[in-house]
Amino acid sequence: MDSSSQAVVRHHAPPQGFIRKYLFSVDHKVIGKQYYGLALLAACIGMVLSWLMRIHLGWATAHIPLLEKLSPAGAPGNVVTPEYYLSLMTMHATLMVFFVLTTAPFAGFGNYFLPIQVGAEDMAFPRINMMSFWVTFAAFVVLILSFFIGDGPALAGWTSYAPLSSVGAVAGPGQGTGQTLWALSIAIFCVGQLLGSLNFITTTLDLRTRGMSLARMPLSTWAWFVTSVIGLLAFAVLLPACGLLVLDRVAGTSFFNPAGLVVNDQALPHSGGSPLLWQHLFWFFGHPEVYIAILPGFGIISTILPVFARKRLLGSRAVIGCMVAIGFLSYMVWGHHMFVSGMNPFSALLFSVPTLIITIPATIVVLLWLGTLYGARMRLSTPALFCVGFISVFITGGLSGFFLAQPSLDTYLHATYFVVAHFHFVMAVAAMFGIFAGTYFWFPKMFGRMMNETLGKWHFWLTFVGVYAIFMPMHYLGLAGNVRRYAAFTDNYLAPLIPVHKFITIAALFTGAAQLLFLCNVIWSRFRGPKATDNPWEATTLEWSTSSPPPFDNFGGRHLVVHHGPEEYGVESSSGDYVMQVSPEKVAAS
Amino acid sequence: MGKLFAVVLTIITLVSAGLIAAHVWWLPVDISTIGPRIDRQMDETMVATGVLFLSSQLILACFVWKFGDKRDGGKIKYFPGGSGPLIGFAIALVGIEILVLSFGGSKVWAAVYMTPPEPDALHVDVAAEQFAFYFRYAGPDGRFGVIHPERVRDGNGNYFGLDPANDVAARDDVIVGTLTVPVDRPILLTMHSKDMIHSFYVPELRMQQDILPGLTIPLHFTATQAGKYEIVCTQLCGLGHYSMRSFLEVLPPDQFDQWLKSQSGD
Repeated sequence: MDSSSQAVVRHHAPPQGFIRKYLFSVDHKVIGKQYYGLALLAACIGMVLSWLMRIHLGWATAHIPLLEKLSPAGAPGNVVTPEYYLSLMTMHATLMVFFVLTTAPFAGFGNYFLPIQVGAEDMAFPRINMMSFWVTFAAFVVLILSFFIGDGPALAGWTSYAPLSSVGAVAGPGQGTGQTLWALSIAIFCVGQLLGSLNFITTTLDLRTRGMSLARMPLSTWAWFVTSVIGLLAFAVLLPACGLLVLDRVAGTSFFNPAGLVVNDQALPHSGGSPLLWQHLFWFFGHPEVYIAILPGFGIISTILPVFARKRLLGSRAVIGCMVAIGFLSYMVWGHHMFVSGMNPFSALLFSVPTLIITIPATIVVLLWLGTLYGARMRLSTPALFCVGFISVFITGGLSGFFLAQPSLDTYLHATYFVVAHFHFVMAVAAMFGIFAGTYFWFPKMFGRMMNETLGKWHFWLTFVGVYAIFMPMHYLGLAGNVRRYAAFTDNYLAPLIPVHKFITIAALFTGAAQLLFLCNVIWSRFRGPKATDNPWEATTLEWSTSSPPPFDNFGGRHLVVHHGPEEYGVESSSGDYVMQVSPEKVAAS
Repeated sequence: MGKLFAVVLTIITLVSAGLIAAHVWWLPVDISTIGPRIDRQMDETMVATGVLFLSSQLILACFVWKFGDKRDGGKIKYFPGGSGPLIGFAIALVGIEILVLSFGGSKVWAAVYMTPPEPDALHVDVAAEQFAFYFRYAGPDGRFGVIHPERVRDGNGNYFGLDPANDVAARDDVIVGTLTVPVDRPILLTMHSKDMIHSFYVPELRMQQDILPGLTIPLHFTATQAGKYEIVCTQLCGLGHYSMRSFLEVLPPDQFDQWLKSQSGD
């Protein structure tokens, strides 16, 4: 690998002063932690919103203390109104999808560990890296601002279908300034992701240290690399789409508004637009976004699992190939969100096929993980528990996709809780398990201290059982025809399902409360955790060849030479049963 | 710890699958001619995914049980045959499943959405708006009045924007809030929306279709059982989305004729 030997040698000196060191830092490690912190904050807010939603769905007239203070119009007398429910739902989804599932596993861990895992001192463009975080932070602030404006946050869902999202305040509460802020926030977010993706791609291709061929890159780096290519193409479509949406809202254009709209008995002057255009643009981004959320999880699990199984990942080349295949196919399946949207029914058949085909690489990866577990000597520490938990929830979530991928079944299940169950398992819960596994695994490296194992295990058990208790029953609701995005279930046929909703609400409150264990663990361990050694898990990748936490330039001026792939576990060597990537020691072929 | 995981996962798996197998919560009664085919497709998919669900979760539980509590020092074993056979197995298994499912499923989909309605179908025009459905029958003359979007007003009850003063065909149009249809007769809906995207969903018909402003969306079905069923909106259309519903009333043919006559007489 000649290109890697030409890695740019960078000499930026460690910054002085609080602002340059912690706020406007160009250090990828600080930026990674900033992304992670932002995701943690967004996750806390998003989780509280989901609590409010679940309480409202279980007990519609429940009084929620202090809520009126936050939103006098949305919760008069501390009771959530139907429109405020929709706002809570929209904000929950937007925060979780963009600011948690995209931000933590990809931008957060990726920023911190991608440069270290390829042996670089920093990202290719440190200043752009700093900018991409602060742009993302600005997007977050703009979105949160909408809680504090007169008519409340947007309520059109995270998909923001036009014309509900595009005609403005005439469409009802939440469709005024709140929706404009939503579109602006997402547009800004896209800019941050595009900058970040460019940085990831360049760093991976140009800054690998000597000996770090593409084939020797850890699977997590591969996943971040593939994800950033997907992100570059996907956010590049969502950005102009949000731009057009803003124009429709504030400049009187009609990209998404057809002629003849009469809203609230008011004839609107639009003509020539198409609501389907928004759906195509949104889902052309939206489906790849699912993989942006989950592929880093694939990479994290594929990297961590061998560490705790103490053996090589079975077929790691195949896993890389599957991730690339998933990334490629992810651009051909967006129409499966639109089977009943009114597009030509023939195209539903065309979109159904690649949707089903994409399950093949996913199945291969799962089987290879299972094959890796076979015959292992598992050390079931908390990161490993979250790895096997990930495999379980990903299987569960993936299988319900077989139903939704078929137009003939989607016509019944579309827009029911079956879909809610599906995407929560396969992308939200699975990605969260990836984030948890990554956190327990990399925390010692990031902060130089170990996390508490007992708290970690309790956190795992409560979360694992909890997510099944929350989301499994949603399949049953969906099969019974329970429509999603309803603020209340007033239809006769939904009445018998309300006890199920109550059960889910209780499960959600408990599972949410269990996340406090994680939060306490992170905060406590950050300051009081036992000191971590350089390589507490006996792992092989480059981040474990440097101190915990790594110095400013990652390796203290050393220029590493890589001799091995990332998976030399279960071998006999002087250090035990593994050989680090930088070790010159020869490994006997096994 | 590994054994505990195996036990917990096995319990979760069996309870989850058991509740589905027992049909504790299940699809409501089917009242359409296409329903049995959709239900069969659902059952076949459920069996296929159920087998995969049970086998993969239980294998995971079994492996973690067996290999999860090993202390260091033992010899690791590799999966017999390596990754190649597993990859081949995955491609073959999922590939066959995809072929079978999409072959059967495509035919069902095509029968619902890509087959033209029978020529003698009863034509009902549907208007959706925040947050109601309205249904229009052509009346004795068999012709619908022309829609003028600029005339659509909820205030004076002109949900379809008709102009009866100048349009003879519009004068006898029957406009009601409940979709009343005769049993066993093909029904053709032409659906349009004046404001947001709405969706027409009757779980008992096994049918869901978005209604887009700016387009006229056709949908056809034949109801096979008399009774009253709920029509709900499944596309987020604003603050009252959850309350947007109507009813599908399926009547015996003679009662339907009587009903239509009584409506036209008004």
